[in-house]
Amino acid sequence: MASLVLTAPQEMLARTAAELVSKHGGVDRQRRLRDEGAELGYSPEVWAEMADLGWLGIPLSEEHGGLGMGLAETVLITEAMGRGLAPEPFVSAVVFAGGLIADAGSAEQQTAWLPPLVDGEKRLAPALLEAGSRYGLDRVETRARPNGGGWSLSGEKVQVVGGVGADGFLIAARTEGDDDGLTLFLVPAEADGIEVVAQKRVDSRNSAIVRLNDAHVAAGAVLGDVGGGLEPLGRAVDRATVAVCGEMLGLMTEAFERTVEYLKSRSQFGVLIGTFQALRHRAAKMFIEIELSRSTVMAAARALDEGNDDAELQVSNAKARCSDALILVTNEALQMHGGIGMTDEHDIGLFMKRARALEFAFGDAAFHRQRFARLRGF
Amino acid sequence: MSDLSAFREEARTWVEANAPEFLRGRASDPNAWAAGGRKAPFIYPESRDWLLAAADRGFSVPTWPEEYGGAGLSRDEALVLHEEIARLALPMPLTGFGYSMIGPTLLDHGTEAQRAEHLPKIARGEIRWCQGYSEPNAGSDLASLATSAVRDGDFYVINGQKIWTSGADQADWIFMLVRTNPDVKKQRGITFILVDMASPGVEVRPIRLISGASPFCETFFHNVRAPVHQVIGEVNSGWTVAKALLGHERTSIGGMGRGGARASLPDLARDYVGVDESGRIDDSAIRERVTQCEMDAMSYGLTIKRHGDGLEAGHKPGPESSMFKYYGTELNMRREELMLSIRGPQALGWEGEGFEPAELNQTRTWLRSRANSIEGGTSEIQLNIIAKRVLGLPD
Repeated sequence: MASLVLTAPQEMLARTAAELVSKHGGVDRQRRLRDEGAELGYSPEVWAEMADLGWLGIPLSEEHGGLGMGLAETVLITEAMGRGLAPEPFVSAVVFAGGLIADAGSAEQQTAWLPPLVDGEKRLAPALLEAGSRYGLDRVETRARPNGGGWSLSGEKVQVVGGVGADGFLIAARTEGDDDGLTLFLVPAEADGIEVVAQKRVDSRNSAIVRLNDAHVAAGAVLGDVGGGLEPLGRAVDRATVAVCGEMLGLMTEAFERTVEYLKSRSQFGVLIGTFQALRHRAAKMFIEIELSRSTVMAAARALDEGNDDAELQVSNAKARCSDALILVTNEALQMHGGIGMTDEHDIGLFMKRARALEFAFGDAAFHRQRFARLRGF
Repeated sequence: MSDLSAFREEARTWVEANAPEFLRGRASDPNAWAAGGRKAPFIYPESRDWLLAAADRGFSVPTWPEEYGGAGLSRDEALVLHEEIARLALPMPLTGFGYSMIGPTLLDHGTEAQRAEHLPKIARGEIRWCQGYSEPNAGSDLASLATSAVRDGDFYVINGQKIWTSGADQADWIFMLVRTNPDVKKQRGITFILVDMASPGVEVRPIRLISGASPFCETFFHNVRAPVHQVIGEVNSGWTVAKALLGHERTSIGGMGRGGARASLPDLARDYVGVDESGRIDDSAIRERVTQCEMDAMSYGLTIKRHGDGLEAGHKPGPESSMFKYYGTELNMRREELMLSIRGPQALGWEGEGFEPAELNQTRTWLRSRANSIEGGTSEIQLNIIAKRVLGLPD
């Protein structure tokens, strides 16, 4: 496996990403967007700046207008976003949707969607979850029925990240007459029979319900093969999972550092609370969990970039580890802040809320331990 | 990259040509491990052949410079060599404190004369070392040690008692901490010195442990004379050398968490617990614990790799060794506990009939593993070090 040390250009990219996030206000921006009830839940000007930097094409090859970089670089951006709770739909629109079209899309689909994605002009949202699907990619009730030369889609997708204001949706549907087959569709937002309703989640991010009422799409909307959607979908989910792990890593690091600073500044009983061994040992254990998490994220990103045989194992190892560490760190962060941590005015609660959304994105720790066990034949 | 695969080819050819047939598959047989020394009881004569063959090629201490008996390998090359040795489930040609602790310390802190005197003998397994750190009243609070060394001409005269001196009854030399100045802050009056165990006045008594074995001793010093030129680093600066060496010890003890050549947990579980109709370990709780252990070992191994890659890229080693010591030992102990659970009542054997040799060995290794979180600085001390030196929390 490649070295688990950042190269000089990677360090530079990480610094640039951190500067971009803090320049726009860091965590304060997330708070402001939430308080304003901003419809998009993110800042179009930040999205545009990310496009200017080329980041919306980071995982895409140069022929698609991208930078041709790997997940090793992508996670540096999501890590910086996690540290500052930046709410731009980078993972869903770029890593997931962009990556999936680059992987399985036709030349026409790539030409139609990728350059405008890279330029920040158009944005796609993957619509995966249904109310009962939990983490099973094949637990899909939405149905696709052949209709004329095209297809009619019926069903309801929930918690579509980045769904509000999206120009199109990636939708997985059961293909009628083929109960085992899952087909992916690239559905423009203006298609007839689509209804998008904003949804409020605990993390205040852009999320939507997408209702498909006999939504009609042309034959050319099928992404990849009819009935063959599960495999490219799985690959896209693995890539997005690693990108999410990068965000988790950034978030846990920031929450932890803020907590350590608090231990160094808050006094009780006439001494700094950071002198209490009950807290020092827990802080040291959190440090170790974060170090282990960082190793797993770097390894999973490189394993996918290099196409290693153990890539899926590495992805599940990273997601399970990061999920456990993230929940430990954010829960402990709140506990160590004491009563002030329970107030909305204090930022630590914002980290905790986002942590939960990240934990459940693409499978929690238990799901990924099961997957690891299955892959290893335990 | 191609350099490394060329080296792998070379290492593989060498291992195939030099490893005694008898030792293949005996990686986890403690009787096959060689720590060398004048008293060296090679239980299998093949262990001696294997050690000498490796020493001739510099592979007993592969990363040391050639002038001291090593092969001057890079860390990655040494890893490849270890993998090739592990591929045939062979024991490492040389184990012990000379290789893992005092050798690296001399490379960092020794004078040219001290390196030339001691390192080649370690590399060839001629001299075996033990460690004189802990005392009856200086355990976790190591710096309060009281064994005294008083200057007398070209010698130090040493009086006092060390405890938990691993393998002192087998060792030829000891590296130890002595108090050379009782009148300053406790860390400032300590000196690191090398002493020949054959010196008059050294007495060793083995301590019997819960596992039935006696890997540790009490070692007494009555007016033992050690030449001044055996002081490593400056007089009264032994604490600095000791901390560096503890780093090597922690990394070495912590290294056990990776699993390495030992029995595969999932295989053991399939064997003892059985499998269900779909081939899975037929006890969901055990299955879950096996999975967690394997994933933790993977994450830990990746972290060791990341740390090593960092050193290779020129990062300075820091107090991270406390993290490896803490996590590696806790993981190893968890693994031993899990192996007991997996074997169930068959893990209760002490000796004699009714138990397989591997089961009897299991009982002992489990008991032995309980010391992992105590020796080399307890787990609590490691967490203290991380809190203070890594996180900068106030005292």
